[in-house]
Amino acid sequence: MTRTALLFTLLTLLTAALFVADLAVGSVAVPLGDVWAALTGGACDPAVSDIILKIRLLKAVTALFAGAALAASGLQMQTLFRNPLAGPYVLGVSSGAGLGVALFLLGAPLLGVAGHSFVQSLSIAGAAWLGAALVLGIVMAVSRRIKDIMVILILGMMLGSGIGSVVEILQYLSSEAALKSFVIWTMGSLGDVTGSQLALLLPVVTAGLVLAVAVIKPLNLLLLGENYARTMGLNIQRTRTLIFLSTVLLAGTVTAFCGPVGFIGLAVPHLARMLFASADHRILMPGSMLAGASLLLVCDLVAKLLALPINTITALMGIPVVVYVVVRNRNIF
Amino acid sequence: MSIRLDHITLAYGSRTLLEEVSASFGQGQLTALIGRNGTGKSTLLRALAGLGTIAAGSIELCGRPLAALTPQERATTVGFVTTDRVRIANLACEDVVALGRAPYTNWIGHMQEADRAVVERSLRLVGMSDFARKTMDRMSDGECQRVMIARVLAQDTPVILLDEPTAFLDLPNRYTLATLLRRLAREERKCILFSTHDLDIALSLCDSVALIDTPSLHHLPADAMAGSGLIERLFAGENASFDPETRTIRLR
Repeated sequence: MTRTALLFTLLTLLTAALFVADLAVGSVAVPLGDVWAALTGGACDPAVSDIILKIRLLKAVTALFAGAALAASGLQMQTLFRNPLAGPYVLGVSSGAGLGVALFLLGAPLLGVAGHSFVQSLSIAGAAWLGAALVLGIVMAVSRRIKDIMVILILGMMLGSGIGSVVEILQYLSSEAALKSFVIWTMGSLGDVTGSQLALLLPVVTAGLVLAVAVIKPLNLLLLGENYARTMGLNIQRTRTLIFLSTVLLAGTVTAFCGPVGFIGLAVPHLARMLFASADHRILMPGSMLAGASLLLVCDLVAKLLALPINTITALMGIPVVVYVVVRNRNIF
Repeated sequence: MSIRLDHITLAYGSRTLLEEVSASFGQGQLTALIGRNGTGKSTLLRALAGLGTIAAGSIELCGRPLAALTPQERATTVGFVTTDRVRIANLACEDVVALGRAPYTNWIGHMQEADRAVVERSLRLVGMSDFARKTMDRMSDGECQRVMIARVLAQDTPVILLDEPTAFLDLPNRYTLATLLRRLAREERKCILFSTHDLDIALSLCDSVALIDTPSLHHLPADAMAGSGLIERLFAGENASFDPETRTIRLR
């Protein structure tokens, strides 16, 4: 077996193990045997079965998909912008999605809008997609004219801060109840995802991941830069559109339902590069998805054990990777 | 003819660089494109590669109008080595060269046995077989340039364009590279056009020289170019000039 195949096998096993651990760990520890029984419909205490199937399974599946989604969107952005520090959070795409959510969570009560829970999830997601698309559109338009990676990063940060101010104004104007649900959202949580939200999150994130896989070859060509990619027959406009769509669906949806989970999208592609010692997206894309899923499961486990919001954990785990990348300053492009 | 320019007009922004220029470049021919900074060498090469547009006239590649080629057809007709520096950690030379097979591979870029053979041969032609598994971030400029030439060879196009391939190289490497290009033109029957500021390389190692004297382009065999009096015109208003006897630059 080659090194790559071995790593994929180990990573898949690790992800599966973490998934099961995420089901077993929580305020009530459930023995692995009971987890298995609950999943397979075997004999088990109905209360335990409820905890596993109705609460923890939703959360673990969310972590699995959200981790893969954030990592896949980060990888696409890093290659498209030829920028090792790009990611949905850093470039303000998550903030844009957050603005959409804020407008909905804080604005809808003001307007007296309410509805069926699936309609509501769809509205939150729709608002997040629009916000993410707006910010990503601006960043991509500017990056076509200005190639300096620092300018793009600063632009992303400024957009993020500007949006933050708008959100604060909204918060200031909002009622206590709306404010509370929004503040909880900003802390990031995988646990608040409901069944009806998951029914939307799964197909949309899957579509985003399929698009991410479809752009593997274009991403490889973009490693050499846009000029080279075009001389090798790449339709650059179509590629940009696909990456744009994929990123908005992935980062927007996850942000809508899990809150602004930072650093996974930025750090995981670098971890995958180091682990697989490759820049080939045929390896990096599935590698990042698996690594992203397992890292977010780890973060969720830690968050549960310490009873902390998940985005504090992802930041603490992601920042060392970012510092390492900046300090070593390796040519990833 | 591999490249035919038919009364083309080329502009950069509002500035006209070439006006109503016609020229042709044949198979197996190595041509140096010379001219002062900002006269449109890169713009012309980009237009030929399909990365830029011309204001008027038409370009034919291997008998077909460039404007009518699909991106896919263009990618199998003309290859381009740009001035973009490519230094990717974690990507081995052979993987960079393999990207040149993109026009021939499937949606995910799967390499068939034949594709692998082309990659191996391309690396051998540029003398970089030993570097196949090395990554480009630890190589010299000359080695990187040769890998990028191997990549364009793997693209298997009858026409190859290079934008200042010798710019970052030391003197011996410049001659090694130009000799390599000449050998590829002869032995692989490629039509190779490259821009350069190395007058000696252009005149001594190339079959023909294309000189941009705004807004015209003069294309002559290398010997005829040396004696044509056109090169002297590049130095108009400077305190150096070209001596056609010795083919060297002299201070006035």
